[in-house]
Amino acid sequence: MTFLSDPVNFIVSWLRSLLAGWGATAGVSTFVLSLIGAGLLAMGSLMWVIFLIWYERKIIGRIQDRFGPNRAGPFGLFQPFADMIKIFLKEFITPRGADVVPYNIAPVLAVASVMLIWAVVPFAVTIFGVDLSVAVLYVVAVGALGDLAIIMAGWSSNNKYAMLGAFRMVAQMISYEVPMVLSLMVPVLLAGSLSMNDLVKAQTPWFIVTAPLAGLIFFITSVAEVGRAPFDLVEAESEIVAGFNIEYSGLKFGFFYVAEFMHAFTVSMLFAVFFLGGWQGPWAQAYPILGFIYFGIKTMVVYFVIILFRGALPRFRIDQMMNVTWKLLTPLALAVLFVTALLAKLLANMAVFPFTLVMLVANGVMLVFTSTLLSRFANRERVTFAVPGDTDESPEEASA
Amino acid sequence: MALNITLLQVSFFLAAAITIFSAVMVVSAPKMLHAALWLVATLFGVAMLFATLQAGFFAVVQVLVYIGAIAILVIFAIMLTRRVMVDEGAQVIKLWWLAMVAAAGVYGGLVFLLRSWPGFLTVPLPVENDATLLPSLGQALVSPTGYIVPFEVSSILLLAALVGSIVIAWPRKE
Repeated sequence: MTFLSDPVNFIVSWLRSLLAGWGATAGVSTFVLSLIGAGLLAMGSLMWVIFLIWYERKIIGRIQDRFGPNRAGPFGLFQPFADMIKIFLKEFITPRGADVVPYNIAPVLAVASVMLIWAVVPFAVTIFGVDLSVAVLYVVAVGALGDLAIIMAGWSSNNKYAMLGAFRMVAQMISYEVPMVLSLMVPVLLAGSLSMNDLVKAQTPWFIVTAPLAGLIFFITSVAEVGRAPFDLVEAESEIVAGFNIEYSGLKFGFFYVAEFMHAFTVSMLFAVFFLGGWQGPWAQAYPILGFIYFGIKTMVVYFVIILFRGALPRFRIDQMMNVTWKLLTPLALAVLFVTALLAKLLANMAVFPFTLVMLVANGVMLVFTSTLLSRFANRERVTFAVPGDTDESPEEASA
Repeated sequence: MALNITLLQVSFFLAAAITIFSAVMVVSAPKMLHAALWLVATLFGVAMLFATLQAGFFAVVQVLVYIGAIAILVIFAIMLTRRVMVDEGAQVIKLWWLAMVAAAGVYGGLVFLLRSWPGFLTVPLPVENDATLLPSLGQALVSPTGYIVPFEVSSILLLAALVGSIVIAWPRKE
């Protein structure tokens, strides 16, 4: 193990021997090193968001035929730092009638719920926080804390727009969690493990080839889970001003902002881990630093697609959003899971290449079937939008 | 080794203290929504207890099911009934000491009964292979010699609840 091929573990083993030299037992040095590692990972993820904000603003600018930030520093690279300093200096305003303790806990919880995911992501073959044996479930469970943060923020700000935004967000997150978990079950089933590192190691070929439909469902649902365009009903400016974070100011708003960007990047990482082979690539096993670079590139590609989504697609109406998850994605995810489970069991002894081919064909058949149904749905004559028996107009209808 | 045990004990006491404190707050918080949030903290404490027992799967499922689903449902129900959220009046009744005596009695009885159980004083054994735990749990749930009957019965119960909720939510034709 040399510094160049595996810097993180090189430093870790050096620190461990240093601590042992100072007379610390194995337990104490593990504790200290975990503490340092967790602190560095958390700080690193927060710092990385500064770059992400610049990157996203630049690309969105290009999509909208603008330059994006271009004044402070080369290519406007220092713009996020200026924004950061500004947001640090801003005043905190607590609305009258706010429930102070949940109001202040909510932004912290929003960032924490995203940051907790980073603990289990394998950045390279030897670089990860913990290799939990139930990491996939852990990721889903931690996401639930994000829902809680949004509920707390929306309720405690004593504002009707905030409350409406929180309702929308939680309805959306809970609904999209169902197809997301179902589609996550497909890579778990193919790899036969819930541990992230085992999932990455099992990907020959990448699961995007073996299970493209599950990958598509996971991608759509994770964009919805983040609450980004086209699923940004939470902060639909034209309808509910800014949603659940409307009453927050200064760094407390900044925390929600950071949480959103970090969440978008985190789901890109998760997509890379689950479907794009994580750190896999040529010589990644022998030189973990290469795996780290491959993983970074894959993640940035996925993140770029998420930004493209945001720049290119208009916002869904709330009933359309619910229709997409409950009438399309959930049944499709169930069918994909069923077919994958059946084929994986039946063809357990098949070689890798024919198995992949069969899976591809099965996914193709399901895709064709779904798109036929969808085109039939799209071509049918629309009679009425309202639900039968529902006489009063809903606000979405009035604004539509 | 001695240090490991104390660390485990420290984390156990921490988890237990968090659980008990927030459980007390659940019943004594005047605002309903605060009670629900304290309930979340209580359930989180239970998840920590599972984690100290090296039952990672149960810790994660505890967070996923109880905090991610049930607590959020409870919070929703409370939020939708905004008028009755604040409890006026006192939080304790006059006979609170009687309840305390009863609770202490139950606790003492349970400790007394458990003392006769041989597992009471054993140190938790380290789990040898973390990776094989989950597959064996899954196989136990569906094997005829394991827990297939309770597993299937609870699935049918959940299915019935699902169908029932759809029937209730169905728009009625006049």
